[in-house]
Amino acid sequence: MGLISNGSTIFDSGSMASGFGGSLVFIKKLTASSSSTLSFVNGSSGVVLDGTYKEYLFTFKNLHTSSDDDQFKFNFSIDSGSNYNIAKTSTHFYIINTEGDSNSGPTYYNGGDLAQGTGEQITTLESGADNDECDAGYLHLFNPGSTTFVKNFICQMSETGATPRASSNHIAGYGNTTSAINAVQFTYHQGNIDAGDICLYGIS
Amino acid sequence: MGVISNGTTMLDSGALDSGVATGKLTLISTTTISTSTSAVSITSGINSTYDKYVFKLINIHVSAQAYLQVNFRDGSTAYDANKITTMYYASHKEDDSDQELVFGAGNSLELSTGIQRLTSGEMDLSNDSNICGYLCLYNPSNTTHVKHFIAQTEYMTNSPSAETSYIAGFCIATAAIDGIQFTMSSGTIDSGIIKLYGVG
Repeated sequence: MGLISNGSTIFDSGSMASGFGGSLVFIKKLTASSSSTLSFVNGSSGVVLDGTYKEYLFTFKNLHTSSDDDQFKFNFSIDSGSNYNIAKTSTHFYIINTEGDSNSGPTYYNGGDLAQGTGEQITTLESGADNDECDAGYLHLFNPGSTTFVKNFICQMSETGATPRASSNHIAGYGNTTSAINAVQFTYHQGNIDAGDICLYGIS
Repeated sequence: MGVISNGTTMLDSGALDSGVATGKLTLISTTTISTSTSAVSITSGINSTYDKYVFKLINIHVSAQAYLQVNFRDGSTAYDANKITTMYYASHKEDDSDQELVFGAGNSLELSTGIQRLTSGEMDLSNDSNICGYLCLYNPSNTTHVKHFIAQTEYMTNSPSAETSYIAGFCIATAAIDGIQFTMSSGTIDSGIIKLYGVG
């Protein structure tokens, strides 16, 4: 059933008409609980990650690793999560400042970039595991449903380093595939994702 | 017909009530480039309705090994707003032979009415190559202050390499900015999508 007000369709077929509502559409929230991985797979558990939106946004809130001096990372899949192994070329640089006011950067991070690597993309340097430490940030993934173009991504992570120190990580690159990306997986390099949440939004 | 819930008007006269939460990112326009064009100009919807506007660049594909660039319109028909800008970029080749983080002095502007580059490297022309990113323009209709903008792009260069450019600066004019134009330093924009959102 639709709803029409003064000749204007407000709702119909289970969705709000164009021109109403915002363009940042919440899709799915995954909450970590000593999770080895958190995966968003198109068509699974209400996740939409296909050609519906030209841009997707993942937000990372209070991600806490179980292992000190860890690295938060992600990878892409073109087979609905059977394999997370998409070749990526990327850049990574950071700025850091310790609690003792020792700072450096911006510094290009050779250990955090990829040159057609199929492994995970690192987004933090040395995430701390103290109770009050966590990581936060975002990942933009552009048009993952395209079967023409490589898949550009832009990521920034604010990290509570084990040193302790604040680290601002800037990562960008592309998944070098013309197949549609239909799943994204997040992990820590050593430990579990003890706590925190990752939200997925579509931008219409 | 209106809808009233628990005494609160949700919608009436064909519009949602202003108190109904609808999200703060509002799509204003979508420009789809399906034929080669030398310039994409957006002149509608940039006004005082919102304090912040975001242009999203999706899969911009180009015809020449050239730079994507932008300029702003500030009261005339010309895209020639006076600007001071900064630009830096990070780049990494697919064969891992080179990586760098560079302040692109040659890509920054010092009181110039000319174009601002949005890419620091020349584009790859493979069919799968493209540019994605965003440009935020703050309070363009303000006639007191300069108009700040912040942009980031990500793309494949002709090396080939992954390259990301960070651009920020401001239009010095106190006249309202009411248009924006995207061009290439040579060749054309063959395809892509540019979305304009209002924030707030």
